[in-house]
Amino acid sequence: MADTPLQVTGQHSKREETISVMGILTDTVKNSVAALQDYSELSGRAMTNILTAPHYLKDTLAQMDDVGVGSLPIILLSGFFIGAVMVLQTGSQFVRFGQTSLTGDVVSIALTRELGPTITGLLTAGRCASGMASELGSMLVTEQVDAMRAMGTDPSRKLVTPRVAAGILMMPLLTAMMVFVGLLGGCVASVFTLRLSAVEFWRRAIDALEFPDLMQGFSKAIVFGFILATVGCYKGLRVRGGTQGVGRATTQSVVISSVLIIVADVFLTKLSLYLANKVF
Amino acid sequence: MTAPTISLPQLSESSSSIVFEDVRIGFEEGEILKGISFQVRERETMVLLGETGTGKTLTLKMAAGLLRPSSGRVHVLGETISSMRERDLLTFRQKIGFVFQEGALFDSMTVAENVAYRLREENLSEEEIGSRVLEVLRFVELEHTLEMLPSELSGGMRRRVSIARALISRPPIVLYDSPTAGLDPITSQAIITLILRLRDVYGVSALLATNRLQDGFALANFHFDAETKRVVPNSQNGNAHAAAKTGATRFLVYRDGKIYFVGEPEQIAQSEDLYIKRFLV
Repeated sequence: MADTPLQVTGQHSKREETISVMGILTDTVKNSVAALQDYSELSGRAMTNILTAPHYLKDTLAQMDDVGVGSLPIILLSGFFIGAVMVLQTGSQFVRFGQTSLTGDVVSIALTRELGPTITGLLTAGRCASGMASELGSMLVTEQVDAMRAMGTDPSRKLVTPRVAAGILMMPLLTAMMVFVGLLGGCVASVFTLRLSAVEFWRRAIDALEFPDLMQGFSKAIVFGFILATVGCYKGLRVRGGTQGVGRATTQSVVISSVLIIVADVFLTKLSLYLANKVF
Repeated sequence: MTAPTISLPQLSESSSSIVFEDVRIGFEEGEILKGISFQVRERETMVLLGETGTGKTLTLKMAAGLLRPSSGRVHVLGETISSMRERDLLTFRQKIGFVFQEGALFDSMTVAENVAYRLREENLSEEEIGSRVLEVLRFVELEHTLEMLPSELSGGMRRRVSIARALISRPPIVLYDSPTAGLDPITSQAIITLILRLRDVYGVSALLATNRLQDGFALANFHFDAETKRVVPNSQNGNAHAAAKTGATRFLVYRDGKIYFVGEPEQIAQSEDLYIKRFLV
C-alpha cells in the first residue's frame, strides 16, 4: 500500500486526456471521498494514540497553553461584548411586553447552549486551526516531518495527538469563560440600559440554567475542539506546493473547520434537545 | 550515442548494507524510477549522480523507508524494509542516519536540542545526552553553537548540525541528500571533509546523492589519517595501506529513470560517454 497520498501503484503513460463535465464531477467526488477517508484515518489515529505509549506530555501541555491560554484574550473580549449585545437586542424586544426581567434568562440560555460554544469554536478555529495548519505545513515543506520519521518518531503521536488533546480539553474551559464573561457583559448592559438590578439579572441568569443546557453547551465544545484541531492538522500535513501551499492550507483550515462547526452545531443541537427530553 | 554497458554483480543481501531489487516508483505525473537494481556493500560509499528530478532523493527516502516503492524490494541490513510496517520502521530507523538536503533542523529547537532529539526519544539520562551531544558537536566543530537556533546559523553550519544529528546514535548507515547543494566551494569542501572523517572514523556505509561529481572524487581519492588527524590523498606514500582500510567508493548514475552507469571512480573518470562527461564540467 502506498504510504504517501496520490502515490500511484502501477505504470502510467502520459497521454492526452479529454476533459468532460462528467469526468470533472467524477474526479471531484473521488477526491472528496479520498480526502474524507484520509482525514478519518488521521483523526482516528490521533485518538487511538492516546491509548498506547509513547505519550508526549510536554508537547500536549505546550499545546494546551497555546490553545487555551493563548485564546483567552480574544475569547474574553468577544464574550463580554457578545453578552452585552445579546442583552441590548433581547431587552429591546422584552421592553414592549414589560418583561425586561426575562432578559437574563434568555441571554443565559442562549450563551450556554449556543453562542458560547459556537462563537468560542469559530474564534478558536480562526486562531488555532490556522496556526496548526501553517506550523505543520511549514514543517512538512522543510522536510522536518520526514526528519522526525527518519529519527524514529511517529509524527501522528508527536504532532497531531497533542494538538487534538489540547483542542478537546481546552474548548470546554474556554466556553465556560466565554459564557461567564458574556453574562458579565450582559449584566453591565442590563444595569446601564435596561435599568435592571445586577443581582436580579444574575439570579435569573443562573436559575434559568438546567443541567441539559450545560450538557448541550459543553458537549458541543468538545466536538468543536476535536473538529478544529483535526482539520488544522490534516490541512497542514497534506500541504502541496511549497509556501504557496502552506498559505492555502492555512486559509482552508479556517474555512473548513468553521463550516464543519456550524454544520455539526445543527446536528448536536437536535441530538441534545432529543436527549434532554428523553433522559433529563 | 549508446549508454555504457552495465554489469551488476550478483546481488547478495548478506554482504550488502543496502540492496535495491527492480524498484519502481511514480506519482501522479508519471513513473520516476523504472526498475532500479543496485547494492551498497558494507563500509562502502555509493555516490548517486543524476540531474535534478531523476529520483536521487526518492532513492534515499526509499532506503530509509520514508517512501515505499510502487514495485520491487528494498533490503537494508538484511531486512526487507519495503514491506515493513511503519511501526516497525520507526524502530528500525535507529540504524539509519539521514542528512536532508537543507538540513531539516527543527527550527523551534536549539542546536543542542536538535542533536539530542533521537537520544531524548530513547529516554536516556540527561548526563549521557549532554556528553554525547558535546562529543558529536566537537566532531563537526560546532561545540560553541549549543544554545543557538537554526535560523542563527549559516547554511554550512546547518548542514554540519544535520550531520551531527544523524550520527548521534552511531548508525551503521548514513544517507546524504545533496549535502553540498547551494554551498560555496570552500564550505562544500568542509562538508565533504566531514563526510570523509565520518566514513573513516566510524566506518559507516553511505549512499550520497549529489549532482557534483567532484564530491564523489574527493571521497574516492582522499581519506582521513587518524595519526596526523588530517585528510590526505590516497596516493600519498605509505597511505595506500591506510586507504585500503577505509571503504571503497563507487558511482551510480541515473538517467531517465534507469541506471545509466555503475562502477569505480577510475571508470567514470576515463569514460568517453558524452552524458557522463557533462558531469565533469
